[in-house]
Amino acid sequence: MTRQTAVPDAAAAPAPGPASAGDERLARTRLLNQLVVRPELGSVLGAVLVFVLFSVVTDRFLTPSGVATWLDDSATLGIMAVAVSLLMIGGEFDLSAGVMTASTSLVTAIFATQLGWNTWAALAASLVFALLVGFLNGWLVMRTGLPSFIITLASFLMLQGLNLGVTRLMTGTVQVSGMRSAAGYASSGFVFASTMDIGGTTIQVSILWWLLVTAVASWVLMRTPFGNWIFAVGGSSASARAVGVPVTRTKILLFMTTATAAWLVGSINILRFTTAQANQGIGLELQFIVAAVVGGCLLTGGFGSAVGAAVGALIFGMARQGIVFARWESDWFQLFLGAMLLAAVLVNNAFRRRAERVRR
Amino acid sequence: MTAGLIEVRDVGKTFGSVIALREVSTVVNAGQVTCVLGDNGAGKSTLIKILAGAHQHDTGEFLVDGAPVRFNSPRDALERGIATVYQDLAVVPLMSVWRNFFLGSEPKVGWGPFTMVDRRKAKELTRASLAELGIDLRDVEQPVGTLSGGERQCVAIARAVHFGARVLILDEPTAALGVKQAGVVLRYVAQARDRGLGVVLITHNPHHAYPVGDRFLLLKRGRSLGCFDKADITLAELTRQMAGGAELEALEHELRAVGAVDGG
Ligand SMILES: Nc1ncnc2c1ncn2[C@@H]1O[C@H](COP(=O)(O)OP(=O)(O)OP(=O)(O)O)[C@@H](O)[C@H]1O
Ligand SMILES: [Mg+2]
Repeated sequence: MTRQTAVPDAAAAPAPGPASAGDERLARTRLLNQLVVRPELGSVLGAVLVFVLFSVVTDRFLTPSGVATWLDDSATLGIMAVAVSLLMIGGEFDLSAGVMTASTSLVTAIFATQLGWNTWAALAASLVFALLVGFLNGWLVMRTGLPSFIITLASFLMLQGLNLGVTRLMTGTVQVSGMRSAAGYASSGFVFASTMDIGGTTIQVSILWWLLVTAVASWVLMRTPFGNWIFAVGGSSASARAVGVPVTRTKILLFMTTATAAWLVGSINILRFTTAQANQGIGLELQFIVAAVVGGCLLTGGFGSAVGAAVGALIFGMARQGIVFARWESDWFQLFLGAMLLAAVLVNNAFRRRAERVRR
Repeated sequence: MTAGLIEVRDVGKTFGSVIALREVSTVVNAGQVTCVLGDNGAGKSTLIKILAGAHQHDTGEFLVDGAPVRFNSPRDALERGIATVYQDLAVVPLMSVWRNFFLGSEPKVGWGPFTMVDRRKAKELTRASLAELGIDLRDVEQPVGTLSGGERQCVAIARAVHFGARVLILDEPTAALGVKQAGVVLRYVAQARDRGLGVVLITHNPHHAYPVGDRFLLLKRGRSLGCFDKADITLAELTRQMAGGAELEALEHELRAVGAVDGG
């Protein structure tokens, strides 16, 4: 008997619900839309907070040389974070991205110093190597259907081993040095590692690369058909495929983009420091992901911002150098980082549940 | 007999030893709705996947504009103007309405490496073609995930219509929708029909099929129970056939017996 009366109740209850909740729901949707237009909003607020904090507690933070220092620290991280954010929006991870920055440095250095190639030719060889690794990562992920997390963890380990093994084979040590004497060093160094003097302050050219990469990535993402496909393959690859988006090609290109960014950072590093350590880059991949997530990327893909990732990297650089300027223990940086990540993930998660809520 | 937009004659499909479809015939005419009804596993999805190019038939004939065809991929079907809207594959929830609408066929401006999506045109066209089907969305920038299930289905229908579909295949568009939402979707199905499209509507629900349908193909365990014109079948008869007629009566009997034992 109870079951019979329960049915009409359940049927009647929802009817007045949506009608009376209509207006309220509309208001909430509008707020949501603002968030959708600006996924980087949270990171910008965070950056302002960090900026104000260190401007107040330290004297050096706002000086031209101070600004140049934290911008420089953010730059190479930012280049990678932006590329990683595109990949994450496309629904994939790349754990080999950090160690790739060292691998590309080493390839360039080995070709230039051990095999005597012109620096430009060595850079080109290194780029080919990067594109190949990126392609293999993407192809394996798409071919096997396994999570990119596990595939790129494997390539991370393999690259780490290769970096040390090959370097030791070629040089007998765990570093490659002597770039300065390689042919073509001056001109390539000018492109990737020169400095500019602006009002007596030395600015690294890597900062310009960072701005350029961010601008191009953001333009591609927001304005081009390919950008549309990136959102689609990350948001729902089955739907994307059903309407004719080349899902496999898009994702492989994203892995290759990340590898190319790693090549750019590797080139900047090797030409600036002229020495490459075989064990560099390990652990950086997590920083890239943290910066991208702080910048508004969802771990589940389909949503995020290139500008946000660049701002995420900026927060990193400001906090890391700000803590140095303030003469605090560097331990605090890790605490800050963790708190920042947690806050960002909580905000992103709350957003996703709202946007993905399946309404019938 | 005049040939319809698409026609199948005695088509069959087997998956290994499973006979999913056997000797099924029907026709889809311009400006008419052909409903495919049947229980779970009756072969409805298999039939429309053949029409949509996702599967190929093993036996029988599949004609488009009177000529036999065999599609190798959904792209082939799309090129012949046969568009399919799947309930679950319709849209990317986190993307805005207009980005979804033009996904995979973005209008472009600029040249060479500087080719961009023509955002203004895309938004205008989205709003216009939704409005043409009578769907009024205030904001085409809002993520599709914030629309209701029915609205999402409508966006996918409007999309197919906009991209020149002549035949629109809808796989259970009203499943999991409330009464009101289902009504909204059915209205757009009727709109598409009135614009001269041939519509194939798959559903479990004879009450959804009957008001919009012109022809009803009943499937059961891969076999056709017949293809009826609307004039030849009543809603009551359709419902009875769908429910399995005599089987339902037997079930009712059984349940009554169980109830009697419980009550006593
Ligand atoms: N790819 C496949 N491989 C093997 N068997 C299949 C395949 N696709 C469908 N079948 C079988 O064919 C039969 C018909 O399936 P189909 O999906 O067409 O049913 P349906 O009428 O769409 O059911 P529902 O209402 O549940 O969607 C089922 O018995 C199913 O198990
Ligand atoms: Mg089905």
